[in-house]
Amino acid sequence: MDINLIFRIAGIGILISVLNMVLKQAGKEEQAQMLTLAGVVIVLLMVIQIIQRLFTDVRAVFGL
Amino acid sequence: MSFFTILGVSLIITMLLLVLRKERPEIAVVLAIAAAGLILASLLKSIGQIVTVFESLAIKSQFNLEYLKLVVKIVGLAYLAGFAAQICKDAGEGSMAAKIELAGKIFILSLGIPIIVGLLDLILKIL
Repeated sequence: MDINLIFRIAGIGILISVLNMVLKQAGKEEQAQMLTLAGVVIVLLMVIQIIQRLFTDVRAVFGL
Repeated sequence: MSFFTILGVSLIITMLLLVLRKERPEIAVVLAIAAAGLILASLLKSIGQIVTVFESLAIKSQFNLEYLKLVVKIVGLAYLAGFAAQICKDAGEGSMAAKIELAGKIFILSLGIPIIVGLLDLILKIL
């Protein structure tokens, strides 16, 4: 099990919240919004791999 | 993966979620999904062992293997439906969780109907 992925996701989340604060302080609300969106998409792409593996494994084990 | 590893990993993930939930709830949800996926995937190996033991028991007792396969299938369906519904509930979308649970119940019922029919056939034969 790769716990690294979890740490990577949490790290991206913290980094994005910090960058978001900086951008908001600089008055760039729109860019902050786009940054949030990009972060969510990146993190979702990482999670999809895990979900796909889980579903194929469950199918194999339970013969669905 | 041992039981204690899972415990430790879950505690670490809980701390990370607490930090993230306030600032970025959407990424916290994704992290929760990833954690659930990883932990359940690591449990699957032991579940597979249990299923094979049940299969060997069924073969020994000359039980109809089709029924056992159906039951295992139903357990798998319930497992996946519970996984998805729990994530929806964690994200605060209780209505989506209710829909997933309803879909799971209906599919499980439709899978279980052959077993009920078999039981009724057996009762009719005995009578």
